[in-house]
This record gives sequence, structure tokens and C-alpha cells, in this order.
Amino acid sequence: MAKLIVHQEKIGNIQELLALCPFSALEEENGQVKINSACKMCQICVKKGPSGAVEYVTDTVKQIDKTQWQGVAVYVDHVDGVIHPVTYELLGKARELADKINQPVYALFIGSKITTKSHELLHYGVDKAYIYDTPSLEHFKIEPYAAAFEDFIQHIKPTAILVGATTIGRQLAPRIAARFGTGLTADCTVLEISENTDLVQIRPAFGGNIMAQILTPNHRPQIATVRYKVMNIPKREPIETGEIIACPINEAKLRCNVQVLNVVPKEKEKFIDSAEVLIVAGRGVKKQADLEMLKELADLLGGQVAATRPITEAGWLDAKHQVGLSGRTVRPKLIITCGVSGSVQFVAGMNHSDVIMSINKDPKANIFHVANYGLVGDIYDIIPKLIEKIKIAKGVSA
Amino acid sequence: MEILVCIKQVPGTNEVKIDPATGVLNRNGVDSKMNPYDLYALETALRLKEKYGGTVNVISMGPPQAQAIIYEAYAMGADDGALVSDRKFGGSDVLATSYTLSQGITKFRKFDLIICGKQTTDGDTAQVGPEISEYLKIPSVCNVIKIISVNETSIIVEMDMPHHVETLQVDFPCLLTVEKDIFQPRLPSYIKKMASKKQNIQILALLDFDDQDEKKYGLSGSPTQVQRIFPPTIKKDRELWQNSNLVLTDKMFDKIKELKFME
Ligand SMILES: Cc1cc2nc3c(=O)[nH]c(=O)nc-3n(C[C@H](O)[C@H](O)[C@H](O)COP(=O)(O)OP(=O)(O)OC[C@H]3O[C@@H](n4cnc5c(N)ncnc54)[C@H](O)[C@@H]3O)c2cc1C
Ligand SMILES: Nc1ncnc2c1ncn2[C@@H]1O[C@H](COP(=O)(O)O)[C@@H](O)[C@H]1O
Repeated sequence: MAKLIVHQEKIGNIQELLALCPFSALEEENGQVKINSACKMCQICVKKGPSGAVEYVTDTVKQIDKTQWQGVAVYVDHVDGVIHPVTYELLGKARELADKINQPVYALFIGSKITTKSHELLHYGVDKAYIYDTPSLEHFKIEPYAAAFEDFIQHIKPTAILVGATTIGRQLAPRIAARFGTGLTADCTVLEISENTDLVQIRPAFGGNIMAQILTPNHRPQIATVRYKVMNIPKREPIETGEIIACPINEAKLRCNVQVLNVVPKEKEKFIDSAEVLIVAGRGVKKQADLEMLKELADLLGGQVAATRPITEAGWLDAKHQVGLSGRTVRPKLIITCGVSGSVQFVAGMNHSDVIMSINKDPKANIFHVANYGLVGDIYDIIPKLIEKIKIAKGVSA
Repeated sequence: MEILVCIKQVPGTNEVKIDPATGVLNRNGVDSKMNPYDLYALETALRLKEKYGGTVNVISMGPPQAQAIIYEAYAMGADDGALVSDRKFGGSDVLATSYTLSQGITKFRKFDLIICGKQTTDGDTAQVGPEISEYLKIPSVCNVIKIISVNETSIIVEMDMPHHVETLQVDFPCLLTVEKDIFQPRLPSYIKKMASKKQNIQILALLDFDDQDEKKYGLSGSPTQVQRIFPPTIKKDRELWQNSNLVLTDKMFDKIKELKFME
């Protein structure tokens, strides 16, 4: 059992040692330093404390034979056979990792009536696509999907498995990790691999602005989830390579205690708080009808229109679209402000957005102090041009 | 219906900073609170009890101080609570935490339904719930946004997916993780708070478990190991583009494309 041993005589200043622990796991009891159960084994006390004061000891664990586990697998995320693009991003990553260790890339596709759809995977550098296609796998249900996944791992034994951190992936990956008693690192932002096939997983940790580098050194398979749009989508190769392998599975294994009663498509999200892209109308927008062009841009980028207070006060948009101190706080991935001066009250509601783009005629506008990309220009000229360009790029007829 | 809610004590603030020179973590303020997402889980359980009867019990894994959130749960209306606590559990990752909690749950009480929060604000993985359900060999449904109805043998819920909502019927026993805003959490009641002051909390340690193999808990039971921690490299561009509107449009288009907002 790995543990920390405190050598009291080597401590010196007790308070200084206690202060090192970010989790308040070191406490003083009758002049002795003890470690309580809040300990996260981050070992900061070992590394930063007085030399030798806290010692980290482990029993030698039996090492597993890593050569028994070969290949990097990607779970094909889909709903009704429509493959989620995160899958291709992960295939790109998997190819990169697999090439480093000279191993194949696998895709695991579980569903019903999906075999015809699996060919697309072969344009993204998959060596073998394993397909579990049977009517009882229609709709995602945790038990049968986990059973098929388990079957795949038992037969193929991949060293690493990448899963999209989607609604489905986040339910399935932990289930599989627990079934195989192996590690799972959620929401990785960087993935690398070392020669001994250990996956180097980097993710934000401890709920704060800290990154952690995590290894699963003695368990296989290694499982990591990655959010959509974190990795790059690889180029689609014009010709198919690799092969498709149908995997029969015993129906008895697919029994299930969940029944899907109904599937209802959602109305488009209406709240600006949860939009990933926001186009904000400020007083630079001259009349209500001009909001249409912002609406069009928002639609093209899968986002929504929001506004500053003067716009909602004029009644051009409902108050629930207002961003700012007396409106809503938003944190979209991209916010484009159009004719917004950047008052403190407005900025307070949006300055944590991931990327801020701002268009304003006035080079001295305050908004340029918060914008990552500031455009000194006229919205009435730029926005229509931009809409045209995006439409052409998307192949939408103008 | 016997409902079990998994609640966790988390730091009151997420303002954790790392000193780039020394690599030491600083946490401003050591106050802690109940994981905000678990309030929704608890509220869901209390509403179900009010409508269909039964009991609501809470379980938490953490240091002795975590008893505070169990008292908070009592003040909101929970019937009974247990704290899974042992120095041997220190350093647990997702797998070890889930296994420990599943052992604790088995010892603590019978249940028809387990409800977890969507995620914690410190662990932030949203994976503990599904892993517990695997260890308990029960079905699970995540992202629950609505409870439709309950009968003797099953519960009907709505699961939120990016583009649609699925109505699912799940047999008991099962585990649900609920979304924020499924119900508005109630405030703790002063009367209940006073009444629960003397209420007992069951403490469960390794020696109470069925599986007492130390290798399965804490750091030894954690397949993942944190190798190092470091501050993120913040790459926040700040550029001001002054040009003709035509050039500006092109630059804007390229940037939007580069940032992948055009798929
Ligand atoms: C207590 C309090 C709370 C408030 N809460 C909020 C709040 O929650 N949200 C909020 O938004 N405001 C709030 N305000 C109001 C806030 O102070 C500002 O008045 C408001 O944000 C300004 O909105 P604006 O930027 O759209 O307009 P303006 O300040 O008038 O800015 C318009 C900008 O558009 C530019 N422009 C004009 N034409 C063009 C063009 N064709 N192309 C490009 N640029 C152009 C101009 O250069 C100018 O910078 C609050 C005020 C107070 C006192
Ligand atoms: N230590 C713990 N004690 C009790 N419940 C927990 C604990 N850790 C996680 N949970 C439950 O699992 C959910 C998801 O947590 P996480 O995987 O850490 O994001 C939480 O909302 C809780 O319901």
C-alpha cells in the first residue's frame, strides 16, 4: 500500500510544513504532524517540504505485461448512425499516437443499421473498424452498449481507448473503466504517448486553473475522454483504407433494464447563457430591422443574438437577451460584439468569454481593451461581407 | 421508495493558484461547502419522497469534517446519513472513490434509487456516478432533466441529449445523475437544523467493508497517477486590426475558421 510517512524529527518549522498542503490534509496533534484523509497524495509536502520530512513509500506492485495490449482505439460516437465529428478528431489523434508506438488504429462502432455508415471511418486512417450492428443496439442504452464494448476489449485488447466527452461518452467510458478496473482521465486537453505505451494525459485539475499530467502506468486499457473541438480534425483521405470487421455478439449479453419510450427532437436552445457563440448588438445597430443581419450571422455560426442595454430598453430584443450587470452573465466560446462601446457594466457580464471579437468604428472604444481581436471598422460593411463569405464556404446558396 | 443521495464536500472557492516559481498550490480560504450540483440531487430525492413516500438518506466520502454537509442535508430533510472516512482512502482517483463509495453504500443501506449530482466542482469529472453503478451492477441514466413518474418497479425520466430529449423507463434498483435546475433546491430549515443537531451519523471505515483489501483503496487502488501539476500557459491574444473593411472581413473569416466555429 502506498503511503506517506512523516519523520517528525526532520520537520523543523511545523507551521511552514502544514501551510504547504493545499488540501489542509496536514494537521498538528500534540506537536506531531499527522496526515488526515483529505490527503490527495499530490506529494507537494514530499517535494517542497524539508528534506526527508515526509517520505513516500510504496510496496512493489507486480508489473503488467504491456505487450499484451496493442493498438489505439476510438469509440465512434453517434446518434442513430450519425457520427459525431469528435470521432474524427479522435481518429486523427489516435493515428498520431499509434504511429509513435508503431501500432494500429481501431474504431469501435456500436449500434443498429450502422454497417453502411462505417465506411466513412475508413477515410480517416483507421486500420480496423469493429462493428457491432444488431437491432437490440438501436438507441444508446448503457447496459447493452457496455456489454458490446466489453466484448471488444476482451477480444482486441487495445492499449488505449479514446472516447468523446459527449453525453454518451461520459456515461459509457466510466462504466467500462470500472468494469476493467482501470484508469479513466476525463476531459483531457493534451494527449501524448511514451515509448512504453503509457498515455500521457493532461487535463485541468482540482477545479482551479491548474493542469495535471496523469499516467495510468500499470493498468490496461488506458481510457481517456476528450471534449469536442479540442483536437484537430484530420484531412479526409479520398480513398478508403483499412477494413471493416463485423462482430457478432450473443443476444443474451445485451439484456437491459432500460427502455427507450420516446425520443423528441429539441427546439433550438433559446437562452443566451448556454449559447456557445453569441453575436451582440450594441447601439451601433441603427434600427431594429438591422438585427436580422446579426441573426443571420448567428445562425450560420450556430449561435444566438444578444444585446446591450440600450437595445433591450428600446424593445428591439427581449430583456432576457441582455448581457451585463443588470442582464445576464455569459461565457460563450466565441462572442462577437457589433457596435458596442464596452461600458464596465456590459463588460462585467462577458469578459470571461473564451474568445472576444469586437467590431467598432472608434479605435478608442473601451471594448478594445477586452477584445482578443478588435476590428476598427463599420459593422454595416463587414457583417454582410462576412455572411457572404461564410455562405460560400459552407456551400449555402447565397 | 428508499433513495440514497451521494453528496460531497468541496472547497468553498475554486480560486486555486499555483506559484509558477515553487510549483506550490495556494488555496485562498479553506472554507468548504456541499458540492452545489449535489443540492439538486438531494432536492430531487426530497421531492420524490414527498410525492411517493419512502426515505431519503445521504452518503458522503471524505474527511471527518465532511459531517458538516450531512448535517446540512438533515436540515434540508434527509432522514439518515453515513460518512465513509478512513485515512486509507486518501489519494483516491475516480476508480478508487467509486469503489469505496459502492462498498460504503452496500454496508449503509438498501436502496431502490441512487441519485448523484451531475459533477463535482473540485473533481469535475462527472464519472463517479456511472462508475458506482457499474460496481453495484445496476443500470444508470445520466443527464436527467425531469422525473416523469414512479411506479412499484421502475422510474420514468427524461435524459437530455444535445439535440433531443429521450424518455426512458429504468427498472429499480438504478442510479441517476441529475442536471442542475431539475428542481430549485430548498433552503435548510431552521427547525430541522435544530432537531438534527443530535442526530447520528454512521461512520464507515475500511474495517466495516466487505472487501478489506487495502490494495483496492486510496492511492494503491487508483490506477491513475498524477505525475506533475503545472500552471496553464495562457495564450490570450490581444490584437487590434486596422485596415479596410474588406481586409478586416477576410481576417475575421480566417480567424473564425481557424477557431473551428464554422463546422
Ligand atoms: C447600474 C447600471 C447597470 C447597467 N447594466 C447594463 C447591462 O447589464 N448591460 C448593458 O449593456 N449596459 C448596462 N448599462 C448601461 C451601460 O452603462 C452602457 O450605457 C451600455 O452598455 C452602452 O451600450 P452600447 O455599447 O450598445 O452603446 P454605446 O455606448 O452608445 O456604444 C455604441 C458604439 O457603437 C459604435 N458604432 C456606432 N456605429 C457603428 C458602426 N456602424 N459600426 C461599428 N461601430 C459602430 C460606436 O463607436 C460606439 O462605441 C448599465 C448602466 C448602469 C448605470
Ligand atoms: N467523495 C464523494 N462522496 C460522495 N459522493 C461523491 C463523491 N465524489 C463524487 N460523488 C458523487 O458523484 C458525482 C460526480 O462527481 P465527480 O465525478 O467528481 O464529478 C457528485 O455529484 C456526487 O454525487
